[in-house]
Amino acid sequence: MKYRLLYFASLCDAAGCAEETVASEATDPSALYTELATRHGFTFTPDRLRVAVNGAFTDWNHRLADNDEVVFLPPVSGG
Amino acid sequence: MFAVSNAPIDVVQMQRGLEATGTGAVVCFEGRVRDRNDGRAVDGLSYQAYVELAEAEGRRIVDEARDKFAVGHIVCVHRIGDLALGDVAVWAGVSAAHRAAAFDACRYLIDQVKARVPIWKREHYVEGSSEWLHPEAE
Repeated sequence: MKYRLLYFASLCDAAGCAEETVASEATDPSALYTELATRHGFTFTPDRLRVAVNGAFTDWNHRLADNDEVVFLPPVSGG
Repeated sequence: MFAVSNAPIDVVQMQRGLEATGTGAVVCFEGRVRDRNDGRAVDGLSYQAYVELAEAEGRRIVDEARDKFAVGHIVCVHRIGDLALGDVAVWAGVSAAHRAAAFDACRYLIDQVKARVPIWKREHYVEGSSEWLHPEAE
């Protein structure tokens, strides 16, 4: 399946891009993050991240569909 | 209302959003860019947001505050982009009939926004380097 990934803050720096489309066999965010962490050298463990699919927070076992927009959110620091 | 803004926050305009005849109390919080953090001299900040989700989560927080406290109007705006020392990074204002609810709701708003809304700050240090902040949950 194909997914659209958006990256923010230090994940954007590590990936070297703000967004990309990836082809992957992963069917949930957990497997997808493992793949991307290896490819881009992400150092966050999943317990420090939140995940959003198509603009809404969801959980790591969410069943992904083709063309979903997936975002892994590092710890926030607004304010 | 909750919004993410690329443009400087116009505090006077924000305050106008709180006007109502039943209002006996208005409490506003301004978060401003400080010149130090964790012992390092800072000369500016850049904020980035996942705007779609930040605005949705911000609106959820505003709705929660309205459910929890007896308030009238709620206005909260967070800046993104490059900010200089002293610039307003976040503005939260609440009107209510009485001061206790206004103080409590304003405190709730700013605490929840800092903890939950997908916005990140990059600190630019006087000595030349910069880094994203990803604090551990409190």
